[in-house]
Amino acid sequence: MEILMSFLIGIIFMSATYLMLSKSLLRIIVGTGLLSHGVHLLLLTMGGLKKGAAPLLGQQAEAYTDPLPQALILTAIVIAFGITALFLVVAYRTYQELGTDNMELMRGKEGNE
Amino acid sequence: MNSLITLPLLIPFFTAIILVFFAKNVPVQRWIATISSFSTIVAAVVLAATVYTDGIQTMNLSDWEAPYGITLVSDMTSALLVLTTSLISFVCLLYSFRSIGKEREEFYYYPVFFFLVLGVNGAFTTGDIFNLFVFFEVMLMASYVLLVLGGTKIQLRETIKYLLVNIISSALFVIGVAYLYSVVGTLNMAHISLRLHEMGQSGIVTVIAVLFLIVFGIKGALFPLYFWLPGAYYAPPAPVMAMFGALLTKVGIYSIARTYTLFFTQDIGYTHGLLEILAIITIIVGAIGAIAYSDVKKIVIYNIVVAVGVILFGIATFTPESLTGSVFYLIHDMIIKAALFLLIGIIIKVTGTSNLKEMGGLIHRYPGLAWTFFIAALALSGIPPLSGFMGKILIVRAGIDAGNYWGSGIVLLSSLFVLFSVMKIFINAFWGEAREYNQEKVPIRWLLTAPVILTICAVLYGLGIEALYPIISTAAETLSNPEIYINAVLKE
Repeated sequence: MEILMSFLIGIIFMSATYLMLSKSLLRIIVGTGLLSHGVHLLLLTMGGLKKGAAPLLGQQAEAYTDPLPQALILTAIVIAFGITALFLVVAYRTYQELGTDNMELMRGKEGNE
Repeated sequence: MNSLITLPLLIPFFTAIILVFFAKNVPVQRWIATISSFSTIVAAVVLAATVYTDGIQTMNLSDWEAPYGITLVSDMTSALLVLTTSLISFVCLLYSFRSIGKEREEFYYYPVFFFLVLGVNGAFTTGDIFNLFVFFEVMLMASYVLLVLGGTKIQLRETIKYLLVNIISSALFVIGVAYLYSVVGTLNMAHISLRLHEMGQSGIVTVIAVLFLIVFGIKGALFPLYFWLPGAYYAPPAPVMAMFGALLTKVGIYSIARTYTLFFTQDIGYTHGLLEILAIITIIVGAIGAIAYSDVKKIVIYNIVVAVGVILFGIATFTPESLTGSVFYLIHDMIIKAALFLLIGIIIKVTGTSNLKEMGGLIHRYPGLAWTFFIAALALSGIPPLSGFMGKILIVRAGIDAGNYWGSGIVLLSSLFVLFSVMKIFINAFWGEAREYNQEKVPIRWLLTAPVILTICAVLYGLGIEALYPIISTAAETLSNPEIYINAVLKE
């Protein structure tokens, strides 16, 4: 199962990288969203998948699943959500101000000469 | 258990929330901001004094015992950095009152400013690797807003790049934490250190070490990952630039210092050797940038890169002496970079340009500005008895003792280039014929108080080296000897 997940995460990272390398700003944002999904899956897989019962008192199981990665993922999802929202707003404002969402055309000399 | 440790986090946090409600009332915002920023300094001083007398302070949040819950740890290094951060944010706040402009003040400049302080102080204080990520995000989120606030074209363009770079580095950070968690099964930094030492050397740990180096290298502007920095720091107004230049990269450096002294000490030949090479290249690249540009902002921005290299060279040498030097230099650099950015801000305000070739003769009208800049410039390049000297001499001496003559030589040479680059600003902007813009005198007295306070701090930091040495060496001792940190946190 972990092997399968590793391949899945690899494919997600690959797609995210592809999207982030494109010129359109919106595709880049989708790419970052995909990247964070890949990261969350990786976090889940690294904690070990379904090793036992739910970590509750009174379950009387021999082994329990580690709840910590899930707590971490929850935090990471919230943060990724916030950043994606901010990124979308900034991208929209940039589109209004600069009149383009093409990264090539967005290049400017100001401050770079 | 000591709740004093949370004060430098809670004061900015609650201030930020309260300030949101007074967004349109600028005078009230300023008063609240000043009072709470000042009380953060007081709290940080008390905290540093407590750490110095009673040793490392820890606090387990919600009373969860050390390796299970989130622990806040304040050793001497982090207490000193929190103190420096509080001081710099207070000074930048004073400067903001007269320079940031009413629009920004009404559009949540101060709340975001305090969230940035919260993030930076939190990153310095936390003792949990995932919590470090969370505080990084708090800090970065605030920095995105501060960078884009104002919405000029250059700000928007640079914010997009800065956002993208940091999203990728945050993703790598979580990946690093995930790998580390799967290897050691814990997130508490002291506990991770303990487990890694029990495990001994293994290849995967080295991989994680390099992954963390990439993550913190992006935040801390290490070669070859510094490429975003000159553009992003160029865009915002002076006080924001000062906060970024003084604090944000230093959080990255602190994290490298923490992880590379606490976790990854098994395979020093590889990890610290890599860090050393990168640090030296960083110094060279920064020096080239600093002397190549004739734009005052760019010159000071590239000086950040040089300083990053110098501090990391000290960390890579990894002897008690070099770590003491690094802590010395880190605090010095935070203070003096903030001062220089604020001074640059005043120069740009007076002349209306950041191009050195269009400046000249400022010393006739603004002697106070000129001499403050001169002292700050000397302190930056490490002229004794000013503040940069002690850190550099310790780093260089430790490098030579460790047999690294090349690296130490480059650190020494870099001082000359740094001196040249800032003297270029001094000579071109202050000497020579007075230009047209000098016809009307711009009132700068209030603006100048902020960098003057910082420059005085830098001078005192240099002159009081005898008194400060035991404090700083306590800080470095914790870095060079992880057992102190582990015992304090896990209380074994």
